[in-house]
Amino acid sequence: MSSFALFTVVLFYLALLFLVAHLAEKKKSKLWINNPYIYALSLAVYCTAWTYYGSIGVAATSGLNYLPIYIGPIIVIPAWIYINTRIVRISRVNKISSLADFISLRYGNSRSFSAIITIVCLLAIVPYIGLQIKAISETFHLVTETSISNNILTDNATFVVVLIALFSSYYGTRYVDASEKRLGIISAIALESFLKLFFIIILGFFVIYFVFDGFSDIYEKASKFEDFKTKNTFNGVEDAMNWMVLCLISGTAICILPRQFHTAIVENRQEKHIKTAIWFFPLYLLIFTVFIFPIAWGGRLIFDGQKVNPEFYSILIPQHFDNTWITVFVFLGGLSSCISMIIISAITLSIMLSNNLIIPYGVLGKLKSENEAQNTKLITNIRKFSIFALIIMAFAFYKYFILKTSLDSVGLISFVVIAQLAPAFFGAIFWRRGTYKGAVIGLLAGLAICYFGLIIPQYYFSYNQEFKGVLRDLYDSFDFFKISFLGRIPQIFFWSILINTGLFTILSVSSKGNYRERNFAELYVDIDKYIQNHENAFIWRGTAYVSDIKNILERFLGKNKTEQALRIFNLKYNIDSQAETADSRFIKFSENLLAGRIGTASAKILIEGVTKEDKISLKEVLNILEESKENITLNKKLTEQSEELQKLSDDLRKANESLIIKDHQKDDFLDSVAHELRTPITAIRSAGEILADDDDIPLDIKKEFLNNIITESDRLSEIINDILYLDKLQHGEIVLHIQENNILETYKKALNPLLHLIQQKNIHLSEVNLLNQFVFEYDEARMIQLFQNILGNALKFTDEQGTIQTKFSEIDNHLIIKIFNTGKHIPEEDLEMIFDKFYQSKNQNILKPTGSGLGLAISKKIVQAQGGTIKAENSGLGVTFTITLPEKIKEHKNEVEQHKHTL
Amino acid sequence: MKKIIIADDEHKILMSLEYSFKKNGYDVFIARDGTEVLDFLKTMVPDVILLDIMMPNLDGYSTLELIKQDEKLKDTKVIFLSAKNNPKDIERGLEMGADAYVTKPYSIKKLMQQIEEMF
Repeated sequence: MSSFALFTVVLFYLALLFLVAHLAEKKKSKLWINNPYIYALSLAVYCTAWTYYGSIGVAATSGLNYLPIYIGPIIVIPAWIYINTRIVRISRVNKISSLADFISLRYGNSRSFSAIITIVCLLAIVPYIGLQIKAISETFHLVTETSISNNILTDNATFVVVLIALFSSYYGTRYVDASEKRLGIISAIALESFLKLFFIIILGFFVIYFVFDGFSDIYEKASKFEDFKTKNTFNGVEDAMNWMVLCLISGTAICILPRQFHTAIVENRQEKHIKTAIWFFPLYLLIFTVFIFPIAWGGRLIFDGQKVNPEFYSILIPQHFDNTWITVFVFLGGLSSCISMIIISAITLSIMLSNNLIIPYGVLGKLKSENEAQNTKLITNIRKFSIFALIIMAFAFYKYFILKTSLDSVGLISFVVIAQLAPAFFGAIFWRRGTYKGAVIGLLAGLAICYFGLIIPQYYFSYNQEFKGVLRDLYDSFDFFKISFLGRIPQIFFWSILINTGLFTILSVSSKGNYRERNFAELYVDIDKYIQNHENAFIWRGTAYVSDIKNILERFLGKNKTEQALRIFNLKYNIDSQAETADSRFIKFSENLLAGRIGTASAKILIEGVTKEDKISLKEVLNILEESKENITLNKKLTEQSEELQKLSDDLRKANESLIIKDHQKDDFLDSVAHELRTPITAIRSAGEILADDDDIPLDIKKEFLNNIITESDRLSEIINDILYLDKLQHGEIVLHIQENNILETYKKALNPLLHLIQQKNIHLSEVNLLNQFVFEYDEARMIQLFQNILGNALKFTDEQGTIQTKFSEIDNHLIIKIFNTGKHIPEEDLEMIFDKFYQSKNQNILKPTGSGLGLAISKKIVQAQGGTIKAENSGLGVTFTITLPEKIKEHKNEVEQHKHTL
Repeated sequence: MKKIIIADDEHKILMSLEYSFKKNGYDVFIARDGTEVLDFLKTMVPDVILLDIMMPNLDGYSTLELIKQDEKLKDTKVIFLSAKNNPKDIERGLEMGADAYVTKPYSIKKLMQQIEEMF
């Protein structure tokens, strides 16, 4: 492919990124902002050229060693839900915008510490950016089959790098507040992460199924290599140890790399997005790893004996088969890996460079005197310049230092250098006693070891294969530190971290930090306690005037924003807007407002310039913190108590409401009872009155009236009996006689007295028996009553020549009886209520219920007392009652007792 | 001869009322619900209607409402005979325009007297 064509493709690709970034920034729709997958994909900025190309090279040359850079993060990521949630909270309340801010704020908001961290990050990351540029340049020339031009002005890769620098500085500095979210950039990064995975999958399938006959074919052929076995197994404890250390390095890096800190912490919009990331991101890495092995070994099989760089098998394979499409895809995937790393790293480093080096050590004085617009412009320009300068520096680094080294070694050295921040970083969130002194000295010692152990040999050897003289003597004298079973990088990692952590721990426990360190230690370690009113936890004593601080704020935020911020602050803490003196809360609030723009250290310096701080001893700080902790606990207790009271009051209100309902129900019940009794009484009374007053009454009528009196008296007593019986059932006073009975026989016993009525109405009666066994446990007398109630009910509502069908079956150790009758449906809303005593449906207030109104209520209690359920359903042409009873009734008495409470 | 329609769905109650009113010289028409009352009213104008409230198909209240809309029935006396003896029910019945509200159980003799006094 010609250089011009590929360059055009690159231009289009970058235009696509610009477009996505532009659309995301412009629209700011919820789809972009609140998308956990965009967040999770943006974390895949972890996968750089080193991962994309380098790990294939490692897999081909040193076997399983390519895995730790994936495995380490996969092991660590689940812990993010705890670690990152805390860091996100700490960063949010303190307006932290970079790794340097995060660590230095904890150790007393020290300007020098943040500067050291910035330098460490520059040292580790600039070569790493150079590495990406190297990958872009080499793959560009590989695809175009041209040689690398020594003249940077005629080298196409130079122009690609310049374009990336433009893109980063344009979108990366859109907000002067560094803690703002960069939606455009993050969306573009997420797209790139998706594409690089997509392209590696395409290549993977191409290699496995087009070049070879499946995975097993590659395995079979590759296993014939002499070194295959040794490279794809742990060669005993030695390799396993190396492997474990490499996992540790990458596990640490995923938390501390500035670009990871930026995407995971600064760009986090919602804590819950972390929950998605902890499964999505490891899955992403796993998919990536799956294709490394076949590409690496496939490449070795194809290019066996040829002098090619295995790191670029991914491009060489499709190129070998003249597949230009896949070659370009893979190149774009690699380009994505590089670009996203360069962009995010350049942005984060530029924030650190501007906030922690250039502003506090260079232009702070200038910023003090300018107005808001000029200050904002100056800060943005510093960042733009920083981004540009960093990328150019990295480019120079690539051209002059790492041209001959492998992607893998530069990447790992970068990880080990960054890992030196680990003790101070993790100490910040877990250890109160950690001090500035311990953290700085530990870090410097660790760095020195890395410098002598890794950096000097790495770059020195690039030019001189052997060193002689003083340097050699120096190295020889430290030879006793050599651990024979560890490789060079794991070895230096081990010693540097050991010394670093050791010094950090020893110096921290043997010296006392100042009050500010301890203040922030509390705030960091106990972030959950202080998250609501973190300004309250900031300890400061001295003299400060609101107007002075306001003047500073206005220079950076402008008049309107400052006024607005102060209004919110005064409202939050109920402070009089006329107050002249500032308290500690206002100091912290103002520092936070400035921190996003100029970094925490510079913010502190600016505020200190207009305030007069009194000395506070560490003891005092601890006392105040203890007090504040007590206050928080007290507040928490009071809140809990008030919540409990509220709950009690709610319960009481509910109980009262339920009593009122019950009272109404009782009234309705009594009303219904009275109504039911009055009807037969009226019939009896009327008949009696006629019989008493009328002597001429004909005999047959007389007999009829007397008969009426008898039948109505029976009806009366039946109602009374039903009421009393239901009451007894409800109170568990009816003892059940549970025995094994034949259910069909019981049913027949219940049915017999009703048969003549059924025949009278010409109703078709049928039974369906699907039982495996006939014997079940129940109280036969109650079951007869139950059948009679349901059948009697069915009889009333079934039209002449209708059907009543009873079906017996057995499901999951339960006896199921379904009694269906044709006839009018029960209104859906009444299906449950028909089992209530004297139930009256909506329109039954005026329509007389059929029967005493107690039959179904009694039926329900009988079923419940035996541990079963009953329900009514409208089905087809009528209604079905379904009774479910357990086959074996456990602890009869208890069942009754239990129902006594639930009825 | 005064014409009376007695509407109730309780057969045994109807029997006593029918016997007593016939004996007292009324021309008695028996209805089992409101719709049967309306059927009678298509062809006749009674002097008195005794209405139970809870009846199937068409209840006492709805029947009274329809009666009150018929101009030719303006002189017909309507008396509710109901087991519902709640003051709200009685109030509602009278508000709807019933001439009397008699609660069950009642004395047939007194009911008769009450009706006689209406004329």
